[in-house]
Amino acid sequence: MKNNFFLILTTIIFSLIFYVFYKSLQNPNIYKPNIETGKKIPNFEAKIFGTDTIISSDEIFKNNKYYLVNIWASWCAPCRVEHPLLMELTSQEDLEIIGINYKDNILNAKKFLKELNNPYNIIISDKNGILGIEWGAYGVPETFLIYNNRIIKKIIGPLNESFIIEINELIK
Amino acid sequence: MRFLKYLLIIIFIFSFNYSYAKENLQNKITKNLRCLICQGQSVYDSDSEFANSVKLIVKKKLDNGLSEKQIYNFLKDKYGKWILYDPEFNKNTYFLWLLPIFIFVIGGITIFKLFIIRKN
Amino acid sequence: MASLIGSYSLIFGLGCSVLIIFFSVKDFNKSGNLNSKVISFTFLQLFFIVVSFFGLILSFVNSDFSNETVFNHSHTTKPLFYKITGTWGNHEGSLLLWLLVLTLFIFLFLLSSKKEPKKYRILTLLFQQVIIFGFFIFVIKTSNPFSYIFPIPTEGLGLNPILQDPALAIHPPILYLGYVGSSIIFSSVLAATTLNYITKQWAKDIKKWILVSWIFLTLGILLGSIWAYYELGWGGFWFWDPVENVSLMPWLALTTLLHCILVLEKRLILTSWVIILSIATFTLSMCGTFLVRSGILNSVHTFANDPERGLFILIFLFCLIFLSFFVFFFFHKIENRNTSNFFWLSKETSILINNWFMMYFLSVVLIGTIYPIFLEVISSEKISVGPPFYNKLIIPFLIPFLFAIAIGPKLNWIKSDFKNKKYLLLFLIVSLILSIFIVKNFKIDFLLNTILITSAFFLFFVTLRDLIVRQFTNLSQSVAHFGFSLLILSILLNNIFSTEIITNLKIGETFQSEKLKINFESLEHADKQNYKSLVGKFSIESFDGKVVVLNPELRIYNQPNIITSEADIKTNLLTDKFITMNIVHNQDYFNIRYQTKPYMVWIWISVLLISCGGLISFLRKKYEK
Repeated sequence: MKNNFFLILTTIIFSLIFYVFYKSLQNPNIYKPNIETGKKIPNFEAKIFGTDTIISSDEIFKNNKYYLVNIWASWCAPCRVEHPLLMELTSQEDLEIIGINYKDNILNAKKFLKELNNPYNIIISDKNGILGIEWGAYGVPETFLIYNNRIIKKIIGPLNESFIIEINELIK
Repeated sequence: MRFLKYLLIIIFIFSFNYSYAKENLQNKITKNLRCLICQGQSVYDSDSEFANSVKLIVKKKLDNGLSEKQIYNFLKDKYGKWILYDPEFNKNTYFLWLLPIFIFVIGGITIFKLFIIRKN
Repeated sequence: MASLIGSYSLIFGLGCSVLIIFFSVKDFNKSGNLNSKVISFTFLQLFFIVVSFFGLILSFVNSDFSNETVFNHSHTTKPLFYKITGTWGNHEGSLLLWLLVLTLFIFLFLLSSKKEPKKYRILTLLFQQVIIFGFFIFVIKTSNPFSYIFPIPTEGLGLNPILQDPALAIHPPILYLGYVGSSIIFSSVLAATTLNYITKQWAKDIKKWILVSWIFLTLGILLGSIWAYYELGWGGFWFWDPVENVSLMPWLALTTLLHCILVLEKRLILTSWVIILSIATFTLSMCGTFLVRSGILNSVHTFANDPERGLFILIFLFCLIFLSFFVFFFFHKIENRNTSNFFWLSKETSILINNWFMMYFLSVVLIGTIYPIFLEVISSEKISVGPPFYNKLIIPFLIPFLFAIAIGPKLNWIKSDFKNKKYLLLFLIVSLILSIFIVKNFKIDFLLNTILITSAFFLFFVTLRDLIVRQFTNLSQSVAHFGFSLLILSILLNNIFSTEIITNLKIGETFQSEKLKINFESLEHADKQNYKSLVGKFSIESFDGKVVVLNPELRIYNQPNIITSEADIKTNLLTDKFITMNIVHNQDYFNIRYQTKPYMVWIWISVLLISCGGLISFLRKKYEK
């Protein structure tokens, strides 16, 4: 009677717990932040790389084009690796590439660009990482595909061939 | 005497703004933020690039007069609820907060009943 | 070669399981002493595991990279000590350690239980063999430490410098002796329940196993905290990290079990509690193993993420759980209570209250740890449950708990009166005054803190008095409870009085505040065996003229390419001085973090005291025969 009740109750509870654990094993555990596609880009103002002029996000994203925002730094090894792929994308006419130079030393950054070429239409400086946070970035490198002031795709980590193919598809 | 103990307990449960010392607000906030690129460290404890940037943002926003809640909302908007160590009390977390309390109360009632039975 | 022997040894060990089960079942209904073959085969199984374990150690020492585990977790330039300890620092090796402790404990159990009923011993052995057999299959099928790779690589991958630390090296074996050791309690309680042998005599016998498991678990957790404090470099010692929680939960269950068994020794009550807690302790250990190794938890400690292994442990774990349900519900008969002697203000009540609070704390930690997993499965929302949650739910409840620990043991079994207990009131008043003084002078939130500190001091004074006045009666209880009060008090005071200064300094610069001066004197470069070392020399001058020199270090490793920051800590009985130095990208200054942490060392000492309490109880048993 009372014993049976508890037996059934605990069996049900534990079976449910088992089910939940079982399902959780099926999901991979790498946390992908809410890449809510269609999220609006942040409103910001930043200094243009190498100067003291301030430019606003409205000015940067004013055209009806696709924009690729790439966060990079000279001290970041994967940024070197993905850079040639960025250079490839410069041939795309409908795509403007915006660089955010993240927590970098100007001289080192200039050297980096001299060595590996400059794919960026505009580069802005993020000396202390605050702009990166406005974009919801974790660090370097990170890349965002923008259209109509909305984020279409977010790539955490370096670009690779499959991402390039995806980007090319999306901007058609 | 028993009832007094229970009453005291319930009062303390609802003093949710518990904090040990008058830490400055900056520290309190950064201790509550998860460093997203570290494994299991708070922004306060970590020295990574990400953590340092977040510390700066928190300071800036505090200087601009934003409240603790507003800063949390800002970061939640950018990174999701996962960045907060304090699970807030909302429809997703009712069970989280209330289940232990429920267990405590059930335990108390069972013991109490034991006394009533035994006393008679 | 060593790997080959290890590999076969493992299979022979599995074979022993079959033989053990066969002979012990055969012997079950026979009268007379336990068949010596059973004991011999149990020993043989232990022997094979030991050989297997040594086989793995030798493979590590010889850097035998044909062995996949060695390849993944070792390196030729690793110092010898860490090659050896690296054996159990990985998933496969640690499972061998599981098997080692499982087989060792059952063998020791058979040896030390000669006076106990034969059927009970055999049934315990059988239940333990179920666990052992399951682990053998798990190891051989999914986590074999002796799998071969070809072609044989010339160098290994395993050179994470954070893992090369002495405390981290001995932390697993000690923790496992506690964790895995609770398996014997599990098996024995299931055996005893089946045979209706949950008696005072049984309690006396199982108590020593509970004590052994508990002492090692306490020490294991202590070592983990000490390692985190000294090595991880941010001055904390407990983070409510899921893997820490996973070791705390069995400890909470085991401590509660310990208290219940102390009661069961003397009076035939709380039998259901004892059975359920024994099952719960081992279940929580296994559950912890599951959570850590399956990849569904995100933490500093996670081993390889492998859902296939996770699935196996999950199924195994739930088989054990359902087995224990079966035994409990079908065999356990609740004892007939003699209710005429019951009085509410008695020792029995205080143990019940202890159980009540401990189970509450356990539920907080358990729910906090696994709730995010449930939420993610049910609603795909990902939340974090961190220190604020645990603090808010645990700290307020500590207050009545501390009072209960102070008063509970003073109650008698039957009727209690409060004559000769006036000193309790005195202590209460003194504690209250002390705490108001601290709170008022150090400007902290008034109400909750005052009462919290009062209760901590109250317990402290009461247990201190007990130690002095009662001396050798109930020494283990006095020492353990005093240790606990010291722990709470030191954590509280440490939290209140810790200070911290964070600043950026270039070499030669000085930071000045009204209380002290920090002078960045110099930076020395050195080339070590596998890293470049940068040691900063800092002199800290306090306002009373005393100077302390601290040398934090930065290590720049080549392989893998990471930078670690090694804190320098000067410890004395009153306070710890803690400094870390960090590189700031692209700048010529360093980020310096200087902390003073009072009474830090008392936190470690108090946990040692708690385990000493257990040790005293264990040794006393031997003399009380």
